[in-house]
Parts: sequence; C-alpha cells; structure tokens
Amino acid sequence: MTTLPSTPPPVLRVENLEMRYGSTLIQKDLNFEISKGDIFIIMGGSGCGKSTLLKHLIGLVEPAAGHVFYGETDFWAAEGSERDTLMQNIGILYQQGALWSSLTLAENVAVPLKEYTHLNAKDIRDLCAFKLQLVGLAGFDDYYPSEISGGMRKRAALARAIALDPAFLFFDEPSAGLDPVSAKLLDDLILELRDTLGATIAVVTHELASIYAIGSNSVFLDPVSKTMIAQGNPTQMREESTDPRVIEFLTRGNTHTEG
Amino acid sequence: MSAVTLLQPSPDQVHLVFQGDFLMDEERPTVEALTAQFSSAMKGLHCAGETLGDWDSTLLTFLMGMQDWCSAHDISFDPSGMPEGVQRLLSLAHAIPERPGTRREHKKLHFLERTGLATENILTESVSMLAFVGETSRSFGRFLRGKARFRKADLWTHMEDCGPGSLGIITVISLLVGAILAFVGAVQLTMFGAEVFVANLVGLGMVMEMGALMTGIILAGRTGAAFAAQLGSMQVNEEIDALTTMGIPPVDNLVLPRMLALVLLSPLLIIYANTLGMIGGALVGVLYLDIPFPVFFTRTFEYVSPWLMAQGLIKGSTFGLLVAFSGCLRGMQCGRSASEVGNAATRAVVTSLLLIVIADAIWTFIFIFMG
Repeated sequence: MTTLPSTPPPVLRVENLEMRYGSTLIQKDLNFEISKGDIFIIMGGSGCGKSTLLKHLIGLVEPAAGHVFYGETDFWAAEGSERDTLMQNIGILYQQGALWSSLTLAENVAVPLKEYTHLNAKDIRDLCAFKLQLVGLAGFDDYYPSEISGGMRKRAALARAIALDPAFLFFDEPSAGLDPVSAKLLDDLILELRDTLGATIAVVTHELASIYAIGSNSVFLDPVSKTMIAQGNPTQMREESTDPRVIEFLTRGNTHTEG
Repeated sequence: MSAVTLLQPSPDQVHLVFQGDFLMDEERPTVEALTAQFSSAMKGLHCAGETLGDWDSTLLTFLMGMQDWCSAHDISFDPSGMPEGVQRLLSLAHAIPERPGTRREHKKLHFLERTGLATENILTESVSMLAFVGETSRSFGRFLRGKARFRKADLWTHMEDCGPGSLGIITVISLLVGAILAFVGAVQLTMFGAEVFVANLVGLGMVMEMGALMTGIILAGRTGAAFAAQLGSMQVNEEIDALTTMGIPPVDNLVLPRMLALVLLSPLLIIYANTLGMIGGALVGVLYLDIPFPVFFTRTFEYVSPWLMAQGLIKGSTFGLLVAFSGCLRGMQCGRSASEVGNAATRAVVTSLLLIVIADAIWTFIFIFMG
C-alpha cells in the first residue's frame, strides 16, 4: 500500500467511509483514491459489500460516516445545482440493466438527454441512435427492453449510461449473467469507452478474467474484518500481496485443487 | 434393506459394519439406536463399508450424526473404511466451517417483547408515511411552480387507465348499489305507505355517501393495487435507482402523474357513479314500487342541493388522492423480491381502504358541523 503522489490528481476520493444497514456494520475505514482514466475494480467475496460501496459512491445510500469527494466537492454535502452537475457527470450500469420497461431503448437513452440538454427532437433521436450503435445495437431503437436478450439489455443500459458522455462510469457486476464471449465483448467496450470518452471507470466485479483484463487499480474488501485489506493494481496485487485471503481470491484458491 | 452391525474387536474399539443398500426410501438404522448400544469404555469408532451396497445422502447424514456424537463424547471417528466418495463428501461438508453467528435463532418472543416491537413498527411506519407526505407535498409544490419533471404522456396513460378503464365496473356496482338502496328503503317505507320517499333516499344516499365511497373502493382495488405493483416491480428492477442517480426525483416522475390522474378523474367518476346509482334506484322504484318516473325523478332531486353534491365530490377527490397516495407509498417502500411486490399490492389496498373510511368519517363530521 504505497501512497506515492501519483501523477494524475485523484478525481474521486473516499475518506474514512463507514457503511451500515441499520445497526449492521458492512464496511468501515475505507480510504482510497481513483485517478483520471483509471479502471478501478471494487472486489471481494460475495456479501462483502461491494455493491453497497458502489451505492455510496453514486448517491443511493448515505454513508454512516466519512466522505466521498468528486474532485474537491464533498458529494454528500453538495446540494441543488452543484449536486445536479455532479449527477450529470455520472453514468451507471446497473446489475440488471434497470432500463425503464415502459420506454423503448431509444426513449430510455433519450431521458437523460431531455433532462439535461436543450437539444431538439431530431438531435436527440440521432444521438440515441448513435449511442445504440456504439454498443452494437444499431436498429433496435424502437424495441422494448422485454423484447431483447439479457446481454443486449445490458448493452442498451450502457448506451443510456453514456448518453451524456459522463466523466465517471460505474458498473455493477457487468458480466453477471453473461456468457464468456458477451462478457469479453463488454470488457472490450469498457476499455474502448475509457480511451475514447476519457472517462474514469469503477467496476464492481468478482470475475477474475475481467479484473486482470481491464483493472488498473483496485480495492479489496474483506467480509470478516469488515474493511479493505488491499489496494492497487490487481496484477501487481496478485504477485506481491502477502495476505492469504487476497492471494486465495486472486488465484482462485489454486493452492487447493479446483475443478 | 440396510443393516449395520456392531463389532467390538477390543474393549475400547467399536466397528460399524454396513451391509446392503443405504437409501432414503428404505428402512435405515438411526444414530440414537446405535449409540445406545455403545459401551462407555469405547475410545474409537471405525466405519467398515466393504459390504456396503448403494448409498445416497442419507448415509452421509447418518455418518455426520455419528461423527457429531463421537466428538461430543471424545471418541475418535474413523471413516476410512467407507467408499472414497463418502469420505470426500464428508470432508467437503466440513471444509468450510460454520461462521459463528450465522445461524438464526428461532427463539419465541415474550408477549411484552412482541408488543414493544409492534409499537416500534407502528412508529417507524408513521415516520416513513409522514416523510412520504412531505416528499409528495414538495413535489406538488414543484408542480405548481412548473418545475416538476414528468412525461405528459404518463399522465394521460394513467388517466386513461383509471378513468375509462374503470367505467365498466363502476357501472355495474353503482347500478346495483342504487337498486339495493331502493329495496332496503322500500321494505321500511312501504310499512308507512311512504314508498315515494325511496326516491329521496336513493338521491341523498348516492350523492352524499355511496357514490364517493364505492368509487373509492373500486379505485383502491383496481388502480391503487396496480400502482403499488408497478412501482414495486420498478423497485425490484432498480429502475427507481436509475431515476434517482440520473437526478430525476422518482416522486416527481412516478408518483405525481399518478396522483394527479386520480385526483382529476375521481370527481368525474363520482358524478358518473351517482347518475348510475339513481338510475338503478329508479328502475326499482318504477318497476317494483310502481312510482311514475316523473315523480321519482323530481323526488330524487328534491333535497339534492349543489352543496350536497359538492360534499360528495370533495369526499371523492380526497379518496382518489388517498388511493394514489397509498398505492405509491407501498410501491416505493417495496423490497427487492417478487413476493415483496405482491405484499406491496396487498398493503396498498388495505391502507387505501383504511384511509378512505377514516377520511369519510372526518369529512362527515366536518360537514355536519358546517350544517
């Protein structure tokens, strides 16, 4: 856990974050920084609070203690237009996609555009079609979410997440429920978006293949000690970590026999 | 048929010899029956499975029972004589030990404890209800200032669904309620030869009370439950989270159009219900009590003043508001599973009916005091 002054300044900083559901402690003492252009992996075994951490970062659950800073802005202290501006800069891909089921794919992508821009109907239509093309769904503009497959739904949700060209993209278990090929395609798409949009990306996942393929920085949450026990580049972490819990996770417990 | 025999090669060693099949649909020896035969001097238990036939998971639960008993009595347990698959399953079952504190305790709560918990529930429930009242009021404030953001198309869809969509059931129920009022009145009034007052009864009954109440109940069952189910499944599907993180207040976007739809449409539905109720009453009056229609007609409206009609409409709009409120409240409170959506719909109807009756009582008192 070296804390060298990294060249790009952190764009997202978490300070002494503590998460609770009622009186149940989920995680405490979380401290990490995400730099611009990072693909930051939030990992850990099932039930350690990965998705909960994500919800704290995107404003769905308020921290029991601690702060989340976007740049210099304290996210949970921001109000009104300051918060609106922050939210516009955040795109989220939910675990189930969470497309609005009463709207077509194009209408789904159009919601943030109508909400935050003054574009006319034609521009919005063109932008929606373009975003759907980017994620490989050209021509599916007028389909309803229930009419397409799970993998397509996820990509459509991604199109909605990048509708406003956000500076931050959050992914909640992007490869959950996808076959290996679709999962790989989604990983490639994530890398592509980082490079083209210049977005900073945070991904909740426990898929080792994805973690090594895309992760440039990470934090490892442990459900027993209820705090983070490692952070850094996942590949480096695998080589250099001395913590048996981290090594076991990152090597799929290959010290044991595994089918 | 399976048999387990005990062998005792030395005073402190016991061998369990398995013979035949050990399967769930066959008769099997129990751990208790066997351990009862063990001598107190024994130090080790060896399981011999050389003559064991087919086996399934019941063999494993049996062996694990034996193992637990052995460790409780400080006796060494040796399954090495069992088939390899059995040994591997045994070690697999013990590979990840139970995390302390994982198991849920099913302890029975004391009456006082349950009362306390229930009271606490009522308190938190009231707080969340009040919070929702606050949120919707703020949202309504934004709407009045023209700042609330929802799709006009949504408002139309909801209006269409709770308006024209519920006309059929309102027709049937109002006609019958009017007819019932007339019959019930007729039974008493004919004794005094005053059947003609049946018309007054139907008119007043529908306009002051029944039209609004029945419409409220129909809306609760039809529309309130639907609202709760719609919002509940959106909650399950993270669609409401997606709205929140996009900076669109879900209350503006989802609750407001539903509430507006019901508040705007319920007065119209009540006027319709009142009319149909009077027609139902007139059918009974004309066909059964032989009151000429013109007489029945004038009598019906004899005491129905515009103020009385307004009372019915005020009540009815309140009911519409309460139905939308309960439906949306329960939908937004919905948890994240399929059964929670069902619960939300049920609770929406129960809450609506309760609130409707309470509001009805309050309005009735107010109107009486106002004269």
